[in-house]
Amino acid sequence: MSDEIESLIRREYQAGFITNIESETLPPGLNEDVIRIISGKKNEPEWMLEWRLEAYRKWREMDVPQWAHLQHPPVDFDAISYYSSPKSKDDAPKSLDEVDPEILETFEKLGIPLHERAKLAGVAVDAVFDSVSIGTTYKDELAKAGVIFCSISEAVHEHPELIRKYLGSVVPQQDNFYAALNSAVFSDGSFVYIPKNTRCPMELSTYFRINELNTGQFERTLIVADEGSYVSYLEGCTAPMRDENQLHAAVVELVALGDAEIKYSTVQNWYPGDENGKGGIYNFVTKRGVCDGANSKISWTQVETGSAITWKYPSVILRGDNSIGEFYSVALTNGYQQADTGTKMIHMGKNTKSTIVSKGISAGRSQNAYRGLVRISPRAEGARNYTQCDSLLIGDQCGAHTFPYIENKNPDAILEHEATTSKVSDDQLFLCRQRGIDEEKAVSMIVNGFCKEVFKELPMEFAVEAGKLLEVSLEGAVG
Amino acid sequence: MSKTPLLEVKDLVAAVDGKTILNGISLTVYPGEVHAIMGPNGSGKSTLSNVLAGREDYEVVSGSVTFKGNNLFELEPEERAREGIFLAFQYPVEIPGVSNMQFLKASVDAVRKHRGLEELDAPTFMKLAREHCKELKLKPEFLKRGVNEGFSGGEKKRNEILQMALLEPSLALLDETDSGLDIDALQVAAEGVNALRNEERGLIVVTHYQRLLNYIVPDYVHVLADGKIVKSGGRELALELEEKGYSWIQ
Repeated sequence: MSDEIESLIRREYQAGFITNIESETLPPGLNEDVIRIISGKKNEPEWMLEWRLEAYRKWREMDVPQWAHLQHPPVDFDAISYYSSPKSKDDAPKSLDEVDPEILETFEKLGIPLHERAKLAGVAVDAVFDSVSIGTTYKDELAKAGVIFCSISEAVHEHPELIRKYLGSVVPQQDNFYAALNSAVFSDGSFVYIPKNTRCPMELSTYFRINELNTGQFERTLIVADEGSYVSYLEGCTAPMRDENQLHAAVVELVALGDAEIKYSTVQNWYPGDENGKGGIYNFVTKRGVCDGANSKISWTQVETGSAITWKYPSVILRGDNSIGEFYSVALTNGYQQADTGTKMIHMGKNTKSTIVSKGISAGRSQNAYRGLVRISPRAEGARNYTQCDSLLIGDQCGAHTFPYIENKNPDAILEHEATTSKVSDDQLFLCRQRGIDEEKAVSMIVNGFCKEVFKELPMEFAVEAGKLLEVSLEGAVG
Repeated sequence: MSKTPLLEVKDLVAAVDGKTILNGISLTVYPGEVHAIMGPNGSGKSTLSNVLAGREDYEVVSGSVTFKGNNLFELEPEERAREGIFLAFQYPVEIPGVSNMQFLKASVDAVRKHRGLEELDAPTFMKLAREHCKELKLKPEFLKRGVNEGFSGGEKKRNEILQMALLEPSLALLDETDSGLDIDALQVAAEGVNALRNEERGLIVVTHYQRLLNYIVPDYVHVLADGKIVKSGGRELALELEEKGYSWIQ
């Protein structure tokens, strides 16, 4: 059985093509001049440049975090280029019509509809190609509802008051090594503002794509949901197959004011490296939301199947009374992938509730760790947390690890923790095969069943995608 | 019955972990026949059904098995299933989170595809599955639950019969279907099986007790001891065996 699993540990990455476009890429290495150039390219106001430089100075004093259950050669931060943009004849594209057709074709290939298809699907898409935001669809319709959905560079110019107020308010510049790096060099990303008592009329979506060799991608996403508003936001990611490891260090900040709700869903399928563990994306991401007002809610749902390394803990600070934080996660590792992922739920307000459901699937020779923190502060009367942490192993060469931390300073709090580890058993596979179902289909069915509680949290179309993605990512996991 | 045999087992020797369990079994099943295989614990009853279904931990040392005239050992387990071999498990496993309906549909689709039939659309399949549920006295909600997840012993066994009814196999192997069932549940399961008896279908009923054979009446009874068929006969052999105990044939 294990020999067969072994023999099938191959995978095919379907988003692995390279787009041939002319691009403008800064030479590798980072110093204050590079930051000035990035800021200059974007024609940024002085305050933005200062904010970046401040972050850079803090970053220089910081060390690479070593506590994660991950092993990889040190990243050479001088070998990375910190800015790359598709070169267009004049300046940045002013509208979708000016975007290089090759780039549009790339997004077509990936199934990301920028034109008509977006409208049919009713999903507004902001696409980030290497470092630059390519175009935001559906802008006019959103504007009617008063919703702002644009690239963060644009927001710096158009909505400086919002950016100055909220940028870094959830993830400060010096929060951690990668967040500081991102703060210094972030090139683009999305900005969303939902006005008071507004339900965003459609799902918002961002698509990230790394194309250029030896570049890092550092997007920054900021979502502010004003009082009584609601937004559902989807994020997808892919990258070409390259032998070199590429760095991705994003920051996502969410702010939910009183009675507001933000639902943030991610399907991450960065290139995981080849079957020998060569290449792949290093995904070091800081995602955090604050439930700032009473009765607000933030829900993170993630399906993580890609990247050579994943280091990611989407968290919620429950500051407002009665606020709710949720984290639903499926993390699948195969081949030589490593994931150290989980969440932090910081309970500060009264009667705050959090739910954590984490499903880790390890196949091949991969290592998959859940790391979570539930902190109940002394003032958080009536706080509740429910954590469920399940691991599924496929084959006998992979590992599953769980690091749950609980810090409770309020005797009133109710905390529940459940954890299971199971294997896709020979008996289950044999039952399926005896009923005529081939082994790969059987494994994907069993794994999908294991992930059901998380998939049901995803928007419908995304749930179907996620199921298919698991199937592709598991290709070769058994045989 | 002058047809060609459905299953022909010749001098089959099989081992698990290097230990010989089946020690030269020969057995011929024609379409429409019901064969009962009886024997004490450890006689190799379950091994025979597992070898025929193609379970990987079982090693075929020598001998041959032809199914519908073809060498059975050249087929993968899923191919055997699609060709019409069905094993009703003694201990059906749970597959959490996968709904029974989803599982049954995937299974029926795979088998129908192999037989050159079109996939059933969801409403047609639902209707069919519900009808069979009714016959087996299972509530329709049963189809929404995870495969065998939290099922009682009786529900698990009836679920096996439900699968058998939907897959319409040409040869069904029932591995101790009676174990763990009370008399009412046993009757329901047996009725389900009897409803599937016809001129074309072969049935091998593996059991420790003759009790089941009061309900599923066999044409032939074979007694297995130490990996060999030591005695064969008609229905009356089972009754005699019950009276005298397994020590009688050893």
